[in-house]
Amino acid sequence: MSLGLMEKQLNNQQVADQEQALVKYENVKKQFGDNEVLKGLNLAIQPGEKVALIGPSGSGKTTIIRMLMTLEKPTSGVITIGGEPLWHKKVGEKLVPADEKHLRRLRTDIGMVFQHFNLFPHMTILRNVTEAPIHVLGLSKEEATERAVDMLNKVGLGDKLDAYPEQLSGGQKQRVAIARAVVMRPKVMLFDEVTSALDPELVGEVLQVIKDLAEETDMAMILVTHEMDFARDVADRVVFLHNGQIEEQGKPSEILENPKSERLQSFLSRFLA
Amino acid sequence: MTWDWQFAIEIFPDIASAIWLVIGVTFGAYLVSLTFGLILTFLRRSSFKPLAFLTYWFIEFVRSTPPLVQLFFVYFALPAIGITLNKYLAGILTLGIHYATYVSEVYRSGIDAVPKGQWEASRAMNFTKIHTWFRVILPQAIPPVIPMLGNYLLVLFKETPILMAIGVGEFLQEAQLIGAANFRYLEPITIVGLLFLLLSYPSAILINKLEKRSKLGYSANKKQKGMSVVGTDGEAVKQSAGG
Repeated sequence: MSLGLMEKQLNNQQVADQEQALVKYENVKKQFGDNEVLKGLNLAIQPGEKVALIGPSGSGKTTIIRMLMTLEKPTSGVITIGGEPLWHKKVGEKLVPADEKHLRRLRTDIGMVFQHFNLFPHMTILRNVTEAPIHVLGLSKEEATERAVDMLNKVGLGDKLDAYPEQLSGGQKQRVAIARAVVMRPKVMLFDEVTSALDPELVGEVLQVIKDLAEETDMAMILVTHEMDFARDVADRVVFLHNGQIEEQGKPSEILENPKSERLQSFLSRFLA
Repeated sequence: MTWDWQFAIEIFPDIASAIWLVIGVTFGAYLVSLTFGLILTFLRRSSFKPLAFLTYWFIEFVRSTPPLVQLFFVYFALPAIGITLNKYLAGILTLGIHYATYVSEVYRSGIDAVPKGQWEASRAMNFTKIHTWFRVILPQAIPPVIPMLGNYLLVLFKETPILMAIGVGEFLQEAQLIGAANFRYLEPITIVGLLFLLLSYPSAILINKLEKRSKLGYSANKKQKGMSVVGTDGEAVKQSAGG
């Protein structure tokens, strides 16, 4: 039991260190039916920090970011963003379940890119990117268009403004999806296996866009990925998940080159082979 | 008794004069079914469970009772509790609400076919629920079901003769009156059938065309219709570049 106690103290210590964290998971659990996907996650992300989540499928890494995007509700525990509980609202001293208004306010800090792009097929590329700035941020059409065109130029698609998603390749679609999320200027960007649905020859262009973005902006990023080289290049910290728990975390060089746990070693060996 | 051309030509204008009434009732009821059907679709998905449940049973109830019974109920029984409608309104509302339950099923199938990722992306973009429905989900859900919706317009049109039961003077009612006055039913009733064919057939061809178009992608549709989306967006680009 002393091990459990030590862990607790360590967690408390971590919590104290992470008072300034942008995003914080405190003992977050998530269950789908009988299947416990996350078993008490403690994780803090600093403003501007780039964190790569790696691990075998079913380890809970996608669930972590989906809960932050408010697409899944945690079974228990607290997620905070900018110090405010995401899924709860303070009424006096009590925490009550968040309503849509609360979620919408906190969601402005979060952006997400999906594995399957999820572009709006009935809108042009430009409208895909201007829709939220106009209707959510309340920018004028000119302002939103300027921002969107700027962003689309940055991802190399400035010449596709009037095209429809179905006319683009997978890599181009994903770059539009990145532009669509980043144009909202969130504080944290979530990337959910954004290259997994792409043909191999299209992976590079998407990763390059994210790399450039990571260097240029002070947005925090949480990247769920199977691309180990990419994780090494982009991330400040790599977190290895196994069975709903953090097995090992640290600098990319430590984690990817000198893995300590056997599980991480065997996980990595599958990628290097 | 043989076909009497002269009689047929003589009575044709009388029967055909009901054409505007039939068209009016059809489109009126269709409009009711399209809007009320959408409302039913929303109510059925309400997160307030009793409301969703009630809506489900309302739909089941309306679909499993004959429209003629409903028509009698609305026109003859409702006045007993103080709701009196004129025959046209009663007809339009009854047919409209009856078909709204079918139309609501059509909407539902369209909505279910929109990928889950579209809801998630809307959430990630922080759209309001209303914005998500009207700018993201419905614009994708409805075009594929337009042919099915169009079919219900035809079915509804062919259902209008039941309004004769409450004295609405549509084709069949007119024919019936002429038939009774002259003791000849062959010509008037044949003309009624002919009129229905004349109106249905072009509509069916139109729906076929819509069906073909709905199978094309968004970009192809844009070119075909020459929609102004490009124009307005393109303008905005130029403006922003200029400023």
